Amino acid sequence: MPRHGLVVRITHWLNALGTTALIVSGIAILLAHPRLYWGETGAVGGPSLIDLPIPFVFGHSGWGRYLHFLAAWVSVASGALYLVSGLATRHFSRDIVPSRSDLRSANLRRVIGDHLRLRVSELGSRDSYNALQRLTYASVVFLVGPVVLLSGLAFSPMLASGSPWLVGMFGGQQSARTIHFFAAAAVVLFLLAHILMVSLTGFTTRVRSMILGGRSHIAEGS
Amino acid sequence: MTRTMSRRTLIATGLSAAVGASGVGAALHLAGRNGLIPPDHHGLFGVGETLTYAAQRLVAGDLSLAREFTRSDISKVIPVNGPPPETGAYLRVLDNEFRDWRLTVDGLVARPRTFSLADLRGYPSHTQITHQACEEGWSFIAEWTGVRLSHVLDLIGVDPRARHVVFFPFDDFWESIDMADALHPQTFLAYGMNGSDLPLEHGAPLRLRVARQLGYKSIKYLARMTVTDSITRFGKGLGGANPEWGYSWWAGI
Repeated sequence: MPRHGLVVRITHWLNALGTTALIVSGIAILLAHPRLYWGETGAVGGPSLIDLPIPFVFGHSGWGRYLHFLAAWVSVASGALYLVSGLATRHFSRDIVPSRSDLRSANLRRVIGDHLRLRVSELGSRDSYNALQRLTYASVVFLVGPVVLLSGLAFSPMLASGSPWLVGMFGGQQSARTIHFFAAAAVVLFLLAHILMVSLTGFTTRVRSMILGGRSHIAEGS
Repeated sequence: MTRTMSRRTLIATGLSAAVGASGVGAALHLAGRNGLIPPDHHGLFGVGETLTYAAQRLVAGDLSLAREFTRSDISKVIPVNGPPPETGAYLRVLDNEFRDWRLTVDGLVARPRTFSLADLRGYPSHTQITHQACEEGWSFIAEWTGVRLSHVLDLIGVDPRARHVVFFPFDDFWESIDMADALHPQTFLAYGMNGSDLPLEHGAPLRLRVARQLGYKSIKYLARMTVTDSITRFGKGLGGANPEWGYSWWAGI
C-alpha cells in the first residue's frame, strides 16, 4: 500500500502548479491597487480598510489576469478531483479529519510541543498525520480553499449578476476582495510551513514519496 | 507485487490524463458550437479565457441582471482614468457643445444612419444605479441615464447573422461586445450621470455602459458603432484595443 494514493499525488502536483501561478499572478494583479476596502465600493480618494505598504505598480495586471484565471481552472479541476476521490476512498475520514483522541488537550499539547521544539525525529517517524497536521490540512481543504474560490468569484461582475448571493455572503464586492486577499495570505503561510516541515523531516524522501507513492510502514510490517 | 502496482499505476495515470484532456477537449468543442469562443482564444491563455467566457455565459445566463442600488448608495468618490481625447475631431464637436456630434451606426444592419444627441434623448430613457469595477481593483456606484442599446439596434434593424457590435470612440480604446450583451436590458448608451449631463471626464457626450463587465468595457467618447458577423476583421482580430494591449476581451471577471 503506497503512502500516498495515485489521485492524491496527481492532484497534489497539479495544485502545486496552479497555486504557485495563482500566487505569482495574484501579486501582479494586487500591485495595480494595493489598497483594501470594506463594503461594496472603494477607490483612491475615499476611505480604505488597509493601505498595504507596497507601491502601486501598473502594467502587470493584463498577463496577471490571464494567468490567474487559467491557473484557477487548473486548481479548481484538481481540487474537484481530489474532493471526489477523497470522499470515495475515505481518504478524508481516515487521514485528514482529526479523531476525538487527536483533539484531546493532552495530545494537542504534546503535538504542539513537538512542533515548537522541532523534535524532527518524533514528527517524521509517524505513519499517519498527527493532530496538528490533520487540523491544518482539514482547514486548508474545507475552509480556506473554498473561501478563496468563492470570494474570488464574488467580485466577478458577471457572476455577481447571475448569483447575487455570492456577494451577499461576503457583504459586498470590496469585502469579498479583502477576504480573498487574507484567505490567499493564509494559503501562503500554509505553504511556507508545509515546505519548512517537509525540509526538516527529509525533503528528498518526502518529495519522492509524493511523486512515486512511497511505502507505508504499516504495510511493510503487516 | 511491485510490477502489478506499477502497471496499475501506469494505466490509472494514463486513464486520468486521457479523461482530463478529453474533458477539456469536449468542453472547448461544445463552446465552439454554441458561439462561446472569445476572440482572444489563441495560445495557452486562450484555453483559460474560453473556459471562463463559456462557463460564465452558461452559469450566469444571458438574462441575469446586474444588481441595482439606491440613490443613497451612489459613491462620493468617482475616480477618472485618463484625460479626454485631444484629437481634432473631438475638439471640434466639443467646441459647439456637441451640437454637430453624431453617432454613426453601420455594418450588418437594414438601415444604417447617424444619430444626434437630440435624437437619442428623444427615445424612451432609462436610468440605472449600478456598480462599476476597474480591473485594477477599485470600484464605485453611479446612476446612469441613457437609451438602451437594444432600442437603437431595433431602429436600425440588425441582420440575423450579426455576432458582435464594435464600438469606436474618439480615442484609441475601441471595444466590442457579443449580441447577448448588446441586447441585454442593462446595456446602455449613457448621456447622463448622477442626474446631470455626462461630464467631460466620464465620456461626454455619450459612453457605453455594460453593467455585467469590468469598467474597461464601458468605453467613453463614442463616435461610431458597427454590427458585424466577424470580429476578426477589426484591428488585430482580437476584438478590441484592450486585448491588443494584453488585457482579456471578456471582462465579466
